[in-house]
Amino acid sequence: MSLLEMSNIKKSFKQLEVLKDISLHVNEGEVVSIIGPSGSGKSTLLRCATTLETVDSGDIRYLEDYLCRTNSGGRAVYADKAVQRRIKECFGLVFQNFNLFPHYSVKKNITAALTLVHKKSKAEANAKAAELLEKMGLADKAGAYPCQLSGGQQQRVSIARALALNPKILFFDEPTSALDPELTGEILKVIQSLAKEKMTMVIVTHEMLFARDVSDRVIFMDDGYIIEEGPPKEVIDNPQSERTKTFLNRILE
Amino acid sequence: MGLYPVFLSLVSATGLAGATWWEKLVTVFLPELWRIVKLLLGGLSGTGMIFALTLLFSIPLGILVMFCRRSRFAPLRVLTTFYISVMRGTPLMLQLVVFYYAPYYFFKIMMNKMPENWLFLALIVGFSINYAAYFAEIFRSGLSSIAVGQYEAANVLDFGRMRTFLHIILPQMVKNVLPSVTNEMITLVKDTSLAFTLSYVEMFTLARQESALMVSPMPLFVAGIFYYVANLVVAFVMARVEKKFDYYHV
Repeated sequence: MSLLEMSNIKKSFKQLEVLKDISLHVNEGEVVSIIGPSGSGKSTLLRCATTLETVDSGDIRYLEDYLCRTNSGGRAVYADKAVQRRIKECFGLVFQNFNLFPHYSVKKNITAALTLVHKKSKAEANAKAAELLEKMGLADKAGAYPCQLSGGQQQRVSIARALALNPKILFFDEPTSALDPELTGEILKVIQSLAKEKMTMVIVTHEMLFARDVSDRVIFMDDGYIIEEGPPKEVIDNPQSERTKTFLNRILE
Repeated sequence: MGLYPVFLSLVSATGLAGATWWEKLVTVFLPELWRIVKLLLGGLSGTGMIFALTLLFSIPLGILVMFCRRSRFAPLRVLTTFYISVMRGTPLMLQLVVFYYAPYYFFKIMMNKMPENWLFLALIVGFSINYAAYFAEIFRSGLSSIAVGQYEAANVLDFGRMRTFLHIILPQMVKNVLPSVTNEMITLVKDTSLAFTLSYVEMFTLARQESALMVSPMPLFVAGIFYYVANLVVAFVMARVEKKFDYYHV
């Protein structure tokens, strides 16, 4: 069974239809990149999957739990709090703008959810934070505050913050878009190493070359639809649809 | 300077006209000054009480009002907006008088039937709900300057509404509003003098009485110095508090 399944997702903001009929699934251990022009709905799709937006209709399932299901009237009905809570434990999200808590030290950013929400002991949370910071190459920054870090370092902290809760699936919403080009490399390296560990990831990105290198599957979205989907060798190197070709030509030039 | 004629009038009144200036200073002016200082110090407790109790009540009340102002329930939001606009749009002095006489005007209770401490109660209630309106607006601006991403990050980490507010939003809001709160506290120190409208015995009431009695502005000068020093203390303390929040910026 796939880890995440979204079927027939529709979402509008007022008159604007952003997601028209999206179905996708993510298997365990898979790295899926979502590419496409701005306004194609890829970020909205990610936000719907992570409960930051609600869908109008369609089903979203994480393992056995349904976040929402379409009722007979065609409207999505959301699960109760207990199920939503279980689902939130299942995924992590890395934001484009990091969204670290500025008043918390790097360590506390990572431990806050563990101690406050999951009621883990301080020692246990600190050990987890130390382990993750080591992995992110930020062991010496535990006591620093986000404002003292570079963008790349902040993004690595936010990845550590998401990983602290042992998610089964990790979403990235354009993780390198807010970074200087010279800093994107460090984030891509982290994602690459996570992919090696068989971390399930869904990455919305503009980094075509990276999407090709790291992902098992690439989804090209345009105008609220999935236009093309498949291994990067097919979608990026040998696109079938005209829209994908035009987009890739514009990007890769 | 206004003080010099005061000094001269004091000196001539005591018949020490022939004495040297420092004899006049030591035997007349300083004792007189000391008497006024002691008199006004007696009123300082009243001033301090109004200040402390108003802060104590209006800050939590301000947070509550802010939530009502942002409520999704429209009637509550409209009502709160109206309350804030009235509190900010009419003089505090007028509000105090209305509060004080409210039992008579609205409920036909004779003022002499009111409990003894009604005057003080009316003052504190008046000051508190007036300042709560200002604090509510200050807190609201402090809240709206927090990036929506903070809520989203907390949401994804499953903090829940209450935890998000207490641990993530409130501490950042406090830092945001500190300069405005300092301003408001300084205004409050000076506004305590409005208690004289209800003849409540605080520093300014005493200073006015004594000034009229002595036909001299000296008590008012002394009161002015008291207010100034009190506000120096407020500004100093708040600067220290702001410094405590200096360890990060957004």
